[in-house]
Amino acid sequence: MRPVRFNIHPKEAVTSSAISVTEAPAGYTGDGFFTAKLSDVVGLARKNSIWPLPFATSCCGIEFMATAAAHYDLARFGAERMAFTPRQCDLLMVMGTIAKKMGPVLRQVYLQMAEPRWVLAVGACASSGGIFDSYSVLQGIDQIIPVDVYVPGCPPRPEAILDGFMKIQELVGQESIRRRNSTQYKALLDTYGIQ
Amino acid sequence: MALSNEEIKNKLTEKFGDTLTNFDEPYGMLSFEAPKDMNLKVLQFLYDEESLHFQFLTDLCAVHYPDDKGRELAVVYHLHNLVENVRIRFKVFTGIEKPDVFTATKLFSAANWMERETYDFFGVNFVGHPNLKRILNVEEMDYFPLRKEFPMEDQTRVDKDDEMFGRGGSII
Repeated sequence: MRPVRFNIHPKEAVTSSAISVTEAPAGYTGDGFFTAKLSDVVGLARKNSIWPLPFATSCCGIEFMATAAAHYDLARFGAERMAFTPRQCDLLMVMGTIAKKMGPVLRQVYLQMAEPRWVLAVGACASSGGIFDSYSVLQGIDQIIPVDVYVPGCPPRPEAILDGFMKIQELVGQESIRRRNSTQYKALLDTYGIQ
Repeated sequence: MALSNEEIKNKLTEKFGDTLTNFDEPYGMLSFEAPKDMNLKVLQFLYDEESLHFQFLTDLCAVHYPDDKGRELAVVYHLHNLVENVRIRFKVFTGIEKPDVFTATKLFSAANWMERETYDFFGVNFVGHPNLKRILNVEEMDYFPLRKEFPMEDQTRVDKDDEMFGRGGSII
């Protein structure tokens, strides 16, 4: 339906299949109450309201701009709230070549983020250095910070970035509340020298 | 009345005699070579001389010729006469063991960062530079990456099989 009040032949929009409602977590329903696992409910809330922090240094950043704009619309996943303040963000999206001189900056941004935090490496350069096998380029951001999901491509299309984002959502939704206190996670951070 | 390369060359030889060598005009741009102790004198003359007026330093960089023993590093100055719209270029050569060249920062402020960059990549020691330290590379880098003996590739990677990339290995 057109957003115009004076359509001569108004057409009713078919919204029955256009809007999807997130499924409720498995639980026990009774008369006037509903019980479920706290981690499921928290995961559901978290995964549909991720605040991304775009760290865009080159062409993958342009693809990301397309992803966030109206056509591909990252807002459909509850992630329209970009913020450029690491302290309030959940997801660090690294898009583009990270030079070795930029490495400490990226690491500082990661350290400033509060737990729980996730990292998405978008594109060949962020994942592995890409074509820049050079003395000045960091050969993958996983040398300095842990990465949750890698998106391949040079640059990846917006669909690929969305796919990576949905993989992050899966992680976020299924993660136990205490995973980030687990010994395994701490050991992972220890390998990067992060407390 | 445009300033011709011939006139510039005559003025230079009139002033400096035989010390300036290797005059050439690749693609119409006058190029020559000066002894490395003379670089500031030549720059100053080109700057001050009323009829030459080369008062704009377009570029300052270096080139590494590893096979040219005793004069491995060339520092290249590109100058522009904005009045006549004429460009020239001259080089000074220095040995790699003691790559000392006088700084041009007193004459051109623009030389400051360009000399830092040249130091960063080639290790040319600009004597008298106010702040000669790395500008583009990470500060903890312990070599000069554009010298020919250092490989371009990042040496920390273990997952790249040289044979797959057409270098080393059995592929010729």
